[in-house]
Amino acid sequence: MDILFIIQQTLSATLGVNAIIFALAAIGLNMHFGYTGLLNFGQAGFLAIGAYSVAVPVISFGISLWIALLIGIVNSILFALLLGVPTLRLRADYLAIVTIAAAEIVRQIARSATFNESLGGSDGITGKFGKEFFDLNPFKEGLITPILRFNGNDLWVVITGWILVAIITFIMWVMVNSPWGRVMRAIREDEDAVRSLGKNVYLYKMQSLIIGGVIGSMGGFVYALSRQSVQPDNYGTALTFFAYTVLILGGAARVFAPIVGAMIFWFLIVFIEQILRAGVNSNLIPDWLIGVNQVGQIRFMLMGLGLMLLMIFRPQGIFGDKKELALDAKA
Amino acid sequence: MLSLITILSAAAGISLAAEPAHAADAPTKLYGVVTGSNEQPLAGVGLSIQGPDGFSAEIKTDSLGAWEVLIPTKGTYSATINEGDLPSGQALTDPTKGTVKANVFMLGVELRLLFPVGPGVEKATMLERSAQLTVDGLILGLIIALAALGLNLIFGTTGLTNFAHGEILTFAGLLTYYFSAIAKLPVLLAAPIAVLLSAFISGFLQDRYLWKPLRKRGTGLIAMLVVSIGFAIFLRYFFLFLFGGDTRQLPQYAGQAGLELGLVNITPKSILTTVIGIGFIVFATLWLLRTRMGKASRAVADNPALASASGIDVQKVIRAVWILGAALAGYAGVIVTVNQGVSFLMGQDMLLLIFAAVTLGGLGTANGALVGSLIIGLFVQLSTLFIPTELKYVGALIVLILILIVRPQGILGRKERIG
Repeated sequence: MDILFIIQQTLSATLGVNAIIFALAAIGLNMHFGYTGLLNFGQAGFLAIGAYSVAVPVISFGISLWIALLIGIVNSILFALLLGVPTLRLRADYLAIVTIAAAEIVRQIARSATFNESLGGSDGITGKFGKEFFDLNPFKEGLITPILRFNGNDLWVVITGWILVAIITFIMWVMVNSPWGRVMRAIREDEDAVRSLGKNVYLYKMQSLIIGGVIGSMGGFVYALSRQSVQPDNYGTALTFFAYTVLILGGAARVFAPIVGAMIFWFLIVFIEQILRAGVNSNLIPDWLIGVNQVGQIRFMLMGLGLMLLMIFRPQGIFGDKKELALDAKA
Repeated sequence: MLSLITILSAAAGISLAAEPAHAADAPTKLYGVVTGSNEQPLAGVGLSIQGPDGFSAEIKTDSLGAWEVLIPTKGTYSATINEGDLPSGQALTDPTKGTVKANVFMLGVELRLLFPVGPGVEKATMLERSAQLTVDGLILGLIIALAALGLNLIFGTTGLTNFAHGEILTFAGLLTYYFSAIAKLPVLLAAPIAVLLSAFISGFLQDRYLWKPLRKRGTGLIAMLVVSIGFAIFLRYFFLFLFGGDTRQLPQYAGQAGLELGLVNITPKSILTTVIGIGFIVFATLWLLRTRMGKASRAVADNPALASASGIDVQKVIRAVWILGAALAGYAGVIVTVNQGVSFLMGQDMLLLIFAAVTLGGLGTANGALVGSLIIGLFVQLSTLFIPTELKYVGALIVLILILIVRPQGILGRKERIG
């Protein structure tokens, strides 16, 4: 068992691209769920919109990447409006079902053979659409140390990604501590009370949906750019659920929760996977119990179990305040 | 279509991992399953595969409709289905998709190719297709209704939006497969055992050891919703761990020939499972309307505190509802397994349709679930007359959203139910 290799893999994942993607997805959910109380189960749809908006214009229409990023933001705003108009009047559990349906619509259209020409069908899109971004990379040789290892492109994504996360987190912090943010939290606690103060609750919820959705679609940018490919089935419901796990792990309605949650989430996942893999490879875990290809499945089982136990025993997460977030004020 | 989505979403889930190392010397293969309308596998259908460097292969699908070809090099391959081999009533739903291309970028991977086969455009008239799709739609509606009734009863009495409900279907399907294919019992014996075990394990034990303690702790409804998501993920991958990722058919009655009844073609096993399913629905409805326990469950759904005050044992009612709901959902799983085969993602694929049906009818209303299920089932199937088959679920989900704009409480829901 190579301890150093396990440490290297684990730490690289803790700070890596996936942690950034999930941090961004969870920051968006924090806006929706943590601060406004919207049970949005369609976050994967926003990430898919972001990812496809980066890949399709560059590959199919030869548009500059920077304009494609703007297109992505506009598209996610449009998707939020499309989603919000019919659903924001619904009760929490209805909203959950409709948003999950909307995200599935996005995924199934993206992977359908009918739109194969532009969206690539179930194979998605693979190509050098991030070229303009990676051309700016000053760290082409990457980072190779015993405890941390990124190749050139990943290092560039990681550095810019965490800067993006930091900027967005700062903006979130300013927003939620403003009068506007207090209205949001008031909506979460008691919609009718806010309405009686003359605030247009529907409009505020829509703003929350748009802001959280745009942040989520930036997670989609990172997802697409880091892999230089977009696969429709990466944007299934599981992505949304694990983004919720990240958020709840950190503690909903805490500005830093998504970052900490994402790091801990990926630390645990990769650490457990590496330990299991090492155990299987060195025959410490017998083959009849766990095969080499089954390590991933065990990991997913643990993720599900972890989400259950977290929600039962510590619903406020690591940093959350049980009093601040009355999860069930409106259920 | 179901199986197509499932396999790929399984692959997708795993690809979230730190990049798995593919062994470069693993065989590279193209494979697929040719299924007709109602997902029934089509055997003996010829395929020809052409590739670079003059590579070419001819193959026929086996009794489960499956085929695979090992390929030697990277490049672009094209697979053509021999339309003459398709049984009567089955044809390509999109005539331009008789040849499918595949780009093999790297060796050591498996690429799945699919042909859109269904009630044929050329061979069937519009009337025949409509009739066949109506029957298919009613059967799908029945399957959804069986699952939705339980979901709705549980929601009504406990307020739990159970995202792990689909796994009850999968579990019962896997039990049926185990008793039938591995323990070699006849399906007619395996299915009732599976339903009973589903009622006991997925119903009684699940409520007793998971949800009842949570209710006692005072866990909130949204917290329980998230718990059910975690539970569903755990179960799904547990089933994958035990069972593997492929869709398996029961060996008994696998290639049963369809009966021509007027305009429609339907297999005897499909008729039998459907009739029993209708029996289950009638039984559940009578139970709700006529028995003391059924009436009590409606009282609990209406107002638990008042029901409890008037002498109804609420915990007992909830237990009964869980057992009935799990038996119904378990039987839905049996129908799917007998007619289309079972995979670990079967329940997850049904779950959105179940939710759509329940939401459409009105969360918490028992007859709403029935109406919603039939609408969704019919819509999913009949929409393929006008839109590509692969988008049929999209159509159903869009209808769900559209109806909610007009009637946010669902078709039969009461207005105060939305907040």
